[in-house]
Amino acid sequence: MDRILEILESISSNRTRTILTGFSVAWGIFMLILLLGISNGMENGTREKFKDDAINSITISPGQTSLSFGGLLPGRKIRFTNEDFDLINKEIYGIEKSSARVEKWRTFSVSYKSKAGAYRVRGTHPDHQYLEKTVMSKGRFLNEKDIERKRKVCVISEAIEEELFEGESAMGEYLSLSGTMFKVVGMFVDEGSEGENGVIYLPISTAQVAFGRADNIDRILFTTGDASLEETQAMAEQALKLMAAKHHFSPDDPRAVHIRNNFEQFNRIAGTIGLIRTFSWIIGVFTIFAGIIGVSNIMLITVQERTKEIGIRKSIGATPWSIINIILQESVIITTMFGYFGLFFGVFLLELIAKFLPDTGAVISNPTVDFSVAVYALIVLVISGLVSALIPARKAAQIKPVVALAAD
Amino acid sequence: MITLEGIEKSYRTGANALKVLKGVDVTIQDGELVSIMGSSGSGKSTLLNIIGILDNYDAGAYKIDSRLIWDLSETEAAKLRSEYIGFIFQSFNLIPFKTALENVALPLYYQGIRKKRRNELAMQYLEKVGLANWAHHKPNELSGGQKQRVAIARALITEPKLILADEPTGALDSVTSQEVMDLLKSINKEGKTILIVTHERDIAEQTDRIIYLKDGVVLNDTSVNA
Repeated sequence: MDRILEILESISSNRTRTILTGFSVAWGIFMLILLLGISNGMENGTREKFKDDAINSITISPGQTSLSFGGLLPGRKIRFTNEDFDLINKEIYGIEKSSARVEKWRTFSVSYKSKAGAYRVRGTHPDHQYLEKTVMSKGRFLNEKDIERKRKVCVISEAIEEELFEGESAMGEYLSLSGTMFKVVGMFVDEGSEGENGVIYLPISTAQVAFGRADNIDRILFTTGDASLEETQAMAEQALKLMAAKHHFSPDDPRAVHIRNNFEQFNRIAGTIGLIRTFSWIIGVFTIFAGIIGVSNIMLITVQERTKEIGIRKSIGATPWSIINIILQESVIITTMFGYFGLFFGVFLLELIAKFLPDTGAVISNPTVDFSVAVYALIVLVISGLVSALIPARKAAQIKPVVALAAD
Repeated sequence: MITLEGIEKSYRTGANALKVLKGVDVTIQDGELVSIMGSSGSGKSTLLNIIGILDNYDAGAYKIDSRLIWDLSETEAAKLRSEYIGFIFQSFNLIPFKTALENVALPLYYQGIRKKRRNELAMQYLEKVGLANWAHHKPNELSGGQKQRVAIARALITEPKLILADEPTGALDSVTSQEVMDLLKSINKEGKTILIVTHERDIAEQTDRIIYLKDGVVLNDTSVNA
């Protein structure tokens, strides 16, 4: 305590210099926190985007040919059927979960008693639950028996229950879908986008009948398990070739089918974010390093200016270690104190940014640094304080009292 | 008792060494008031630094109470200084941002004495030099004589074996000089050993014994008022 008072006294007796010194450190920490926060935010934003679907999923949907092939003209529409789904499941090795999907976009009248609404109605296989990361809150998702027997059952979101059932439980009740009654067997919440919470799931076989789509499907989805990036790319390539052979289009045709490899995209973005994060650390650390050099420089001047004082202290019994201590502690106190300001304003600014960000869909989401980063920053500060003082303290300890007292 | 036997010291300046002390023999008994005189370049400051354990010597033997002061680390030297020596300087050498009380108390800080006790003692010594009312003033608010009296209080507070005064009146007018000398004499009367380095004859003549230094040797060592 005594010693700290002694140091605070000496710091406050050189206020301007202390503030100028401290500013460089505060700035370094401020930049580090800001950069890390932003890169954290970018990572969170990306995670948010991928939250909706399984990261390791591949989606194939039919398009329109753009190249002529085998005597067929371009502009031909490709249609997928149950056969394509079975073919992909049979031929591609490494598929973990798979589902086909047919969908009606808000053109299907859905009602319960006198309440009606417009929702997306989707026919899928049971595995779709994993592909879309649908979390069941009540009851069950679709099962194989539903598909086999073309049962008239449906799974709805809690949001829909709230809207149509007005506080009553929807479980076991019957919804009217375009005049046909479907029993509600389960309810879900979807963490992903808003849109996923306006969806009603039907067994795909039932949906195909209800929509009058015969054996048509809109897309095929599957997950690749823990396959590597290269393996997922090979699987996507194989799916493309299978479809090209079956539907007679060129495998080089970019429009005939659309294949989306989530894993590939996630990897690409994760790589970019990793790069940004590394870059942030490098810039932050170098900024702090510049701060250290600043503090070191000022401490050297301090020692120079205080040569006489140090000489006096030595002549009345100060040991070299006690002199080193003064310089080290002064430096650590200055860097920690101002570093803390930098930390505070960095976090403050991040909170401010977070406050003015739109809730969803932004590139950056929740741009904050966690507690561990603050602790690291503190360690970095103390160490940089010590490092800054190393040379000046050595110099101070080497001051000969005789020389110091002669200096005037 | 302080004994110096054949003390030699040279300074290296570039290629050639300058021998400043060429074998100094001096013995100072406890309770003596001694002055060292000599022109500049006589080696008196160097001798003072050696006696004050601020500098080392090349040959000979320096003993305080038969303890040989030789080949000390900086830390050991600091400890011995704190224990044995109290310094008074021509330019007072008070720490400018500390009050008179804090300046006087500082040597005790390095002896690890608690703040409360430090300040009590510092106050006692300020009273002794007649500056109790100035305890909370910074050095720049004090006159030269007052500053030197604060410095004397600071030198006394550790109850050192030896008070070393380097031109203690060099920066003071004649009236104030006399006051400081009177104070030093009264401290000597209480039993403290005091060694004053000066080039002023009237100051030296107020001590019990004058040691003349010339060209690095003791030219003359005479008792004055015995």
